[in-house]
Amino acid sequence: MAPLLELKGITKRFPGVLANDHIDLTLEKGEIHALLGENGAGKTTLMNILYGLYSPDEGDIFVNGQKITIQGPTDAIKAGIGMVHQHFMLIPVFTVTENIMLGEEAVKFGGFLDRKKAAAKIKQISDTYELNVNPNAYVRDLPVGNQQRVEIIKILFREAEILIMDEPSAVLTPQEVDELFKIMRILVDQGKSIIFITHKLREVMECADRITVIRGGKVVGSTTPKEADTKKLAAMMVGREVELKVKKTKAKPGNTVLHVENLRVLNAQEQFAVDGVSFDVKEGEVFGIAGVQGNGQTELVRALTGLLPPTEGEIEILGQETTKERPRSITELGSAHIPEDRQKDGLILAFPVSENLVLNSYFHEPFSKGIRLQFDEIAESGKQLVEKFDIRTPGINTPVSSLSGGNQQKVIVAREFSRPIKLLIASQPTRGLDVGSIEYIHKRVLEKRNEGCAILLVSTELDEIIQLSDRIAVMYRGKILDVLDVEDASKEILGLLMAGIKPSDEMKQKITKEEQIILT
Amino acid sequence: MEKQKQVQKRQSATAIFFDELSKSPGLITFLAILTGIIISGLLVAATTVEVYEAFSVSFFHGMGEIFKTAWSTYSSLFLGAFGNPKTIITAVQGGDALAIRRAINPFFESLVQSTPYIFAGLSVALGFRVGLFNIGAEGQIFIGALTSVYAGYAITGLPAFIHIPIALLAGALGGALWGFVPGFLKAKTGAHEVIITIMMNYIAFKFTDFMINGPMQDPNEYTPKTPWIQESAQLTRFFEDPIRFHLGFFVALAVAFVIYWLLFKTTWGFELRTVGSNPNGARYAGINTTRSTIIAMSLAGSLAGLAGANEVLGLNHRLVPSFSSGYGFDSIALALLGKNHPFGVVLSALLFGFLRNGSRQMQLKSGVPIDIVSILQALILAFIAAPAIIRTIFRLKKPEIEEESIKVGGWGGN
Repeated sequence: MAPLLELKGITKRFPGVLANDHIDLTLEKGEIHALLGENGAGKTTLMNILYGLYSPDEGDIFVNGQKITIQGPTDAIKAGIGMVHQHFMLIPVFTVTENIMLGEEAVKFGGFLDRKKAAAKIKQISDTYELNVNPNAYVRDLPVGNQQRVEIIKILFREAEILIMDEPSAVLTPQEVDELFKIMRILVDQGKSIIFITHKLREVMECADRITVIRGGKVVGSTTPKEADTKKLAAMMVGREVELKVKKTKAKPGNTVLHVENLRVLNAQEQFAVDGVSFDVKEGEVFGIAGVQGNGQTELVRALTGLLPPTEGEIEILGQETTKERPRSITELGSAHIPEDRQKDGLILAFPVSENLVLNSYFHEPFSKGIRLQFDEIAESGKQLVEKFDIRTPGINTPVSSLSGGNQQKVIVAREFSRPIKLLIASQPTRGLDVGSIEYIHKRVLEKRNEGCAILLVSTELDEIIQLSDRIAVMYRGKILDVLDVEDASKEILGLLMAGIKPSDEMKQKITKEEQIILT
Repeated sequence: MEKQKQVQKRQSATAIFFDELSKSPGLITFLAILTGIIISGLLVAATTVEVYEAFSVSFFHGMGEIFKTAWSTYSSLFLGAFGNPKTIITAVQGGDALAIRRAINPFFESLVQSTPYIFAGLSVALGFRVGLFNIGAEGQIFIGALTSVYAGYAITGLPAFIHIPIALLAGALGGALWGFVPGFLKAKTGAHEVIITIMMNYIAFKFTDFMINGPMQDPNEYTPKTPWIQESAQLTRFFEDPIRFHLGFFVALAVAFVIYWLLFKTTWGFELRTVGSNPNGARYAGINTTRSTIIAMSLAGSLAGLAGANEVLGLNHRLVPSFSSGYGFDSIALALLGKNHPFGVVLSALLFGFLRNGSRQMQLKSGVPIDIVSILQALILAFIAAPAIIRTIFRLKKPEIEEESIKVGGWGGN
């Protein structure tokens, strides 16, 4: 019997790039097929072709053995292919039902919306696949995990047989991820099939039936979780051996560099996003802040870096109060900031690499004399940094916008690390990066720590927090629930804290014991 | 064999040449202008009775008539803008100084028409570079004219080399004030500069009317006009009548260079361009975006103010109602055509100036209405703004690196 979906020799060229190079892929009915690859490997291009957003230059698509052409999402939906996007396409002020029926509205009396009919169908889908979604709830009131389920129902509502899930775990807590994997399993047990796009090795091992690894637009191999291990998969993805865990010595904390006391910060909605936070970060240690996105980490970092003035509380850097200081005076004190959104905050995309490398030092000698910029010096320093930090760019005059995400991040790291810094505030330093770049940036961060720099690491990736931090704080709804030494922290405890549950000592011990049993 | 190889090599070199050429953004501008000229020519032909009559004879007659009409339109446009070479030669041979001046006047008059375009175009381009949409150039021109004319007639007894700079500076300051207000409101309250500058335009028009109808009206005149400015404030003219070509043109070129230097060679310009390109990134980098916005709008205002000063100090020598006739609004288009680069602005200002001057002659000679030039300008801009059309028509490749596009903040001061 022909497989449910078959891609044969799909090739897509963009000017100067071969995004997909004769890719073959098959999807059998009732399986979860993981598409694993680094950013820029061509996963998303391939899925966009399948979903009709791009048309392939070569190659054919078969569904149930029949050749089809997909010229747009409408064709894809008709062929039973649906996509759950990484960023949800939902309208917050609409109910679940309204969101789902959008574009496929059930009507009565020839023009009035029939919400009841749609809601009944949604209820039925929700029950069949144990999705547990209330059709009458407003989307803005739902937690992120539930919003994702709404996206899934949206596809099932349109009777899709093949679900494409693009990095579905990126926005979820560990518990929500487990929940999602359960749902995916139910879906395939009921006869649906899933293509699961990711660059996270652990997830692939946990939930995929088959794994196809893509590198540089080509399929480098297919395997199953039973045959493979994370190390092997990482090597396949990157094309060389990768150290997944950076070796770390014990921290030797020194004097306090950053002191935060009872900080309260309002967000754009005039709510206290940071609500009474106090902590210290010392020389030579990494202080990690874990938490699900949107629990006040963004506002905390913006307050610390002078971008958002706090309403109450005190911030001290190297003994100087900086609560109401401007960003420039804070950076000049010796503080560096890797912003969470590199394209929005960290870079001027239209500017060349060399100018981005002096973005917060252009007014210093030797980069300028008086008001005249010294382009020779800027270029010279740019060349050195490009080499030292291994930034892959055609040249220092190339606009940063044409660099890959990993190299863009390296530009930021190079810029911040090339200044004499005593404090590093790194927010999501490896978000969306490939395994190779993550390894590189982790190494550099630990190097800085060992040089005696104080590091505040904010990340939603638990793995990253656990690997790099010496102490870990968990933020939940603007408050720090608990601060743990890394030795006492486990994924389970952190996961509970991230969900707002403070485990009792008994529970902690139990979890630790269970883990030890699993380990032995 | 050897020869064949060489031919092959040469071919590939030409191929590479065309390949590179087809990716250059300058080519798009050139083709946009060319396409605009062709379509405008067809429009002229389509509104000419003779063309239809010729088509009723035969297809070839019709086509011939189209070419004839377009040719006569554009040749009179060209002669109007540059002067007629035949007349110039005859005049030079005749040796009569007045005849020579008359013959070469069209060219210099075009430069005169270009001058306010350069100033106002720089004003809008500077705004765009900093992410601000200055629709207020027209109003800033009026205020600049008002303040410079005041400095021109009220201050007496100064030598020209002091009085001219003072009068120009007065114009720049007046415009700067008119730019400062929207800049300040934008930076401090998030009020959108598009709305504010449009409103500021109306205030400027009415305020100027009030001033020349009342406090600044020449007591010896019955119609609303200001007094004549002192001779010492008049921008030097280089020829006798009828050539009006004056110092303002060179001031404009110098200012364009200064703006270029400021934007691209100094830390201030770096800050302004950073704010324009990514305000969030600028804030992150410690740049004071509030200050940059205010400075940029004031500077843009002062440039437009210079356009107004240039008109009254160089041409009219007094302020009369509605003297500017849309330089400020044309300059928005012009700045886009010049890709918001000072040198690009100078080039497109010259194009606009020559078109404006040539169109009068065209209307006189071939009876084609002056509006066809507006249509031509609009078409050129439409093609510049939508390069995809030009790429499709001429089958050009998309450049690998995205062209720098203009980013203007959204509503609410983002």
